[in-house]
Amino acid sequence: MEESQQDVVTKAERMAGTEPLIRQPAVAAGTGNVIFDVRDMAVYYGAFKAVTDVTMPIYENEITAFIGSSGSGKSTVLRAFNRMNDLIPGARVEGEMYYRGATLYGKDVSPIAVRRRIGMVFQKPNPFPKSIYDNVAYGPRINGERNKKKLDEIVERSLRAAALWDEVKNRLKMSGLALSGGQAQRLCIARTIAVEPDVVLMDEPASALDPISTGAIEDLMRELKSRYTIVIVTHNMQQATRVSDRTAFFYVLTDSKSDTRTGVLVEYGPTKQIFEDPRDPRTQAYVTGRMG
Amino acid sequence: MSVETRADSAIPAESAHPLKHSRPLGDRLFAALALAAGLLVLVILVLIAVSTSQQASSWFSAEGLKIFSDNWNPGANDYGVLAFIYGTAITAVIAVVIAVPVSIGIALLLTEVVPRRRSAPIVYVVDLLAVVPSVVWGLWGILVFAPWVQHIYNSIASGVNGIWVLGFLFGGQNISGASFFTAGLILAFMITPIVTSLSREVIATTPSIDKQGAYALGATRWEMIRGVVWPHSQGGVVGAILLGVGRAMGETIAAALVIGSSPTITSHLFAPGYDMPAGIANLFGESSGIFRASLMGMGVLLFVITIVINVLARGVVERSARRSRGA
Amino acid sequence: MAVTAQAPGGPQNIDLREPPSWRRTKNRLMTVLMVLAFVITIVPLGFVLVTVIAKGASVISWQFLTSGIPPNVLPANVGGMGPAIVGTLEITALATVISVPLGVLGAIYINEYGGKGILARIVRFMSDVMTGVPSIIMGLFIFTLWTLHFQYSGLGGALALACLMLPIIIRSSEEMLKLVPDALRQGSYALGASKARVTVTVVLPAAIGGIVSGALLAVARAAGETAPLLFVIGIVTSVNKNVFSGPTTSLPSQIFQNATQPYTGAQARGWGAALTLVVIAFIFMITARLVTARFAKYSS
Repeated sequence: MEESQQDVVTKAERMAGTEPLIRQPAVAAGTGNVIFDVRDMAVYYGAFKAVTDVTMPIYENEITAFIGSSGSGKSTVLRAFNRMNDLIPGARVEGEMYYRGATLYGKDVSPIAVRRRIGMVFQKPNPFPKSIYDNVAYGPRINGERNKKKLDEIVERSLRAAALWDEVKNRLKMSGLALSGGQAQRLCIARTIAVEPDVVLMDEPASALDPISTGAIEDLMRELKSRYTIVIVTHNMQQATRVSDRTAFFYVLTDSKSDTRTGVLVEYGPTKQIFEDPRDPRTQAYVTGRMG
Repeated sequence: MSVETRADSAIPAESAHPLKHSRPLGDRLFAALALAAGLLVLVILVLIAVSTSQQASSWFSAEGLKIFSDNWNPGANDYGVLAFIYGTAITAVIAVVIAVPVSIGIALLLTEVVPRRRSAPIVYVVDLLAVVPSVVWGLWGILVFAPWVQHIYNSIASGVNGIWVLGFLFGGQNISGASFFTAGLILAFMITPIVTSLSREVIATTPSIDKQGAYALGATRWEMIRGVVWPHSQGGVVGAILLGVGRAMGETIAAALVIGSSPTITSHLFAPGYDMPAGIANLFGESSGIFRASLMGMGVLLFVITIVINVLARGVVERSARRSRGA
Repeated sequence: MAVTAQAPGGPQNIDLREPPSWRRTKNRLMTVLMVLAFVITIVPLGFVLVTVIAKGASVISWQFLTSGIPPNVLPANVGGMGPAIVGTLEITALATVISVPLGVLGAIYINEYGGKGILARIVRFMSDVMTGVPSIIMGLFIFTLWTLHFQYSGLGGALALACLMLPIIIRSSEEMLKLVPDALRQGSYALGASKARVTVTVVLPAAIGGIVSGALLAVARAAGETAPLLFVIGIVTSVNKNVFSGPTTSLPSQIFQNATQPYTGAQARGWGAALTLVVIAFIFMITARLVTARFAKYSS
C-alpha cells in the first residue's frame, strides 16, 4: 500500500507526540565479528538524560554511520565508546557496553587503555602545536617508544596510510599548524592510527572541510576499513550512503511534560536498507528530507 | 553659520545642514580630556626619567664609570654601587627560583586538576597572599622569621662548609637571619600571586579541542599537559616570569627590613647584603650632596632596569598571545 | 526487537586494566607536586596572618585606635596609632580622588577614542609597563618634583600614591570597558547620541561595577604602600588635620619605623598597626568581591 509522503509525516508527528515513546529500536542483525555490544545504554549529564535506549552491535571492519538531527545523541553515543564523556563533569553512562566481550565501564577499566585501542578524529582538525613528525610520534612516545628508527618507521607508515606521506615527506619538521584543512585532518588521522588502535571513531570528520578534501577523507575511510573498524557521525546523508556499510538513525524525543529533549536510537541496519526501505516512519521522514 | 551649541545634545540646530553637524563643544572637551589623561602616563614616565637623572647628575659626573665599582664608602666619598646591583640581581634570582615552580604548579592545579566549582578556596588563598602589604611581610620577616631561621641557617652552613657547590652557596662564616636568602624567600611569597594569575590566564586559553586530541590518544593528564598545554603556554608563562622578576627587583620595604643592610658581594646566600631599593629606602633620610645623588642614581638604574624588563615581558606575552590566536 | 550477538567463545582476551605503572606513577607524582605547591603557599601566609593577629590583637583597643603616637621607648599599653590611621585614610582618599577619574578617562581614551591607532597602543603598552615601576621610584619622583619645593605634606604622599594607582586603574578599567558589548553602543548611536554621550550614559554605567571593583583593589594596594611616602610626608606623632601642608604619618610608615626599634613597646604598637592595616586591606578586597558579584547580575 502506497502511503503518501504526507501520511508518513503525519504518522511520524503523531508518534512524536505519543508518550512515553520508548520503543525498542528496530535493529537488523548482521553476521561477522561483533566489536561493540551495546545494550540498553543511556547517557546522563547530571540529571539531564541526553540519550537513551541504545541497543546495537557494531561489527568488525565495517564503517558504521550514525545519522540524525542535532541533539539526537549521536555524538554522545560515539564519545561513550572511547570514554571521552568521562572528561565532562557529571557525565554518567548506564546500561552495558562491551568491547570485544570485555566491559568498557567496569570498575578496574582504565580509560587510558581504552583510548589507546579506540581512537578518535574530531570535527575540527586539531593538530598539536608541534612539527608534523612530533604530531604523529606523540602517541607512540607516550606509550614508551623511544627508538628513533622505530619512530621513523611508525611515522612513515601512519602518514602513508593516511595518504599524506607524499605531500609532507620532505617537510616533516614543519609545524602541523601550517597545513591546510584537509591535510591537517589527514594528519590527525595519521596521528590516531600511529598507536595502532583497533577502532577509529570519527565525529563529523569532513564537515569542516571543502568538498575536495571531503572526497579525499572518504576515500581514506574506505581504505582504512580493511584494517580498522570505523564508526562515524555525520549529518550529511549522502556521505553516509557513500561510505557506510551500516547506518544507525537517532531521533530527538521531546517530552512536553518536562520540556526535555532526549535522543533515542530508532533504527539500525544495513545502509541500503535504511535509506531505501526504512522500517520506522521517523526514519523514513528523515532520510527523505521531510524532517530534521 | 553658527550651530546652536546645546552642549549635551547631538541633534543639530535647524539652521545647519540637516545631515551635517559640527561636534558640540562638550563632546570635544570630553575627547580632549580623555586624550590628556591617556598622555599623562607617557608624560609621567618621561618626567620621572628626566627629574631623577638630573638629581643624580652630580653623582654621575663625580664618579664617572666608577659608579659600577664595588667600593661603597660614603665616609671616604666612594660611591660605587655594584654591591647594591648584585644584591638586587641575587635576591630576584632566589625569588624566581622559588616562586616559579610553585606558581606554575598552582596555575596547573587550578586549570587542569581541580574542577571549577571547587577552585574558589585556592584562588582565595592566592589573593590573600597578594593582599598582605609589603611592610607587614617585612615586620614579620625581621621580628619573627629572621631570628627563627637563623638557627636553621647556622646548622645548614656548618653542615655544608667545604662541600663544593653547597658550601659555595650556603656556607660561610657570616650567617644572619637577615640575609640575601631571607629577602629572596619573602620576595618569592610576594611575587607568587602575580606569576600565578598571569600563568593561569595563559594556560586557560589552551583550546579544549587540542586537549581532547591528546586524551583521545590515550594520554594521562600529565602527558597531556606536557604535550599540549605547555607548548601552547610557554611564551606567556615566560612573560609572567619576567614580570615576576621585575616585581621582585623593585620590591623595596620587605627587602629593606630583612636583607641585612650590609653592602657586600658574596656568594654566600645566608650572609647579609643590600639591594638598590632597600639602599635608597634606608639611607636616603640622612644623605645629602653626592651621597644623596648616588641614591637618586640607584633610583635611575632601577627605573631603567625595571622598564626594560617590563617592556620585554609585555612584548613576550603579547607575541605569544598573538601567535596562539592566529594559529 | 533488538538482536545482539556475542562473539563465539566468550570474551576475547582484552586487557583493559591500568596502563604501565610508570606512567601512572608519574601522573600521580605530578599531581602531588601541584598540590604541594599550593600547600607551600599556605604555610607562610598562615604563619604571617596568625602572627599578626596574635601579636596585634593584644594591643588593639579603642584607645589604641584613637590615641597619639607615644615615644618608642614607652610600653605597649601606652598611646596608639591614631594619627597614622587618620593619615592613611586622608592620604589614600586624596590619592583616590586624583587617580580614579584620570585613570577612568585614560581607559576611555584607549578603548573608546583611540581605537586601533598607534597612540592608543602606545598608551596601553606604557600603562602596562608603568604598573611595573617600583613604588619607591614614584616616591623619588614626587620628592624631586614636589617636596623639594613645597616641603613635606600629605598632598605629596597622595600624589605619589596616585602615580602608583593611575596605571593600575587605567588597565583594569580598560578591561571592563572592553567587556561592554558593542551592541549597547550601537543602539545608543542609532538614537543620535554623540560619542561622549554614549560613553558617559551607556558604556560607563554598564562597566561601573567592574571599574569600582578594580579601583577598590588599587586603593587597597595603595593603602599598604610605604616606599612612595618615605621621603615625601615626613613623620609625625600627632594628627595633622591639614592634608595639604605639613608633615604627616601613615600606618605603613609607622610600621616601617617601629620594625627597626629595639623597644618591645614600639614593636607591639607596630604589630597593632600591622593588624589594622591588614584588616583595612582585607575589607577593601572583600568589598571589591561583593561589588563584582552584585554587578555581574546586571551585566550581560
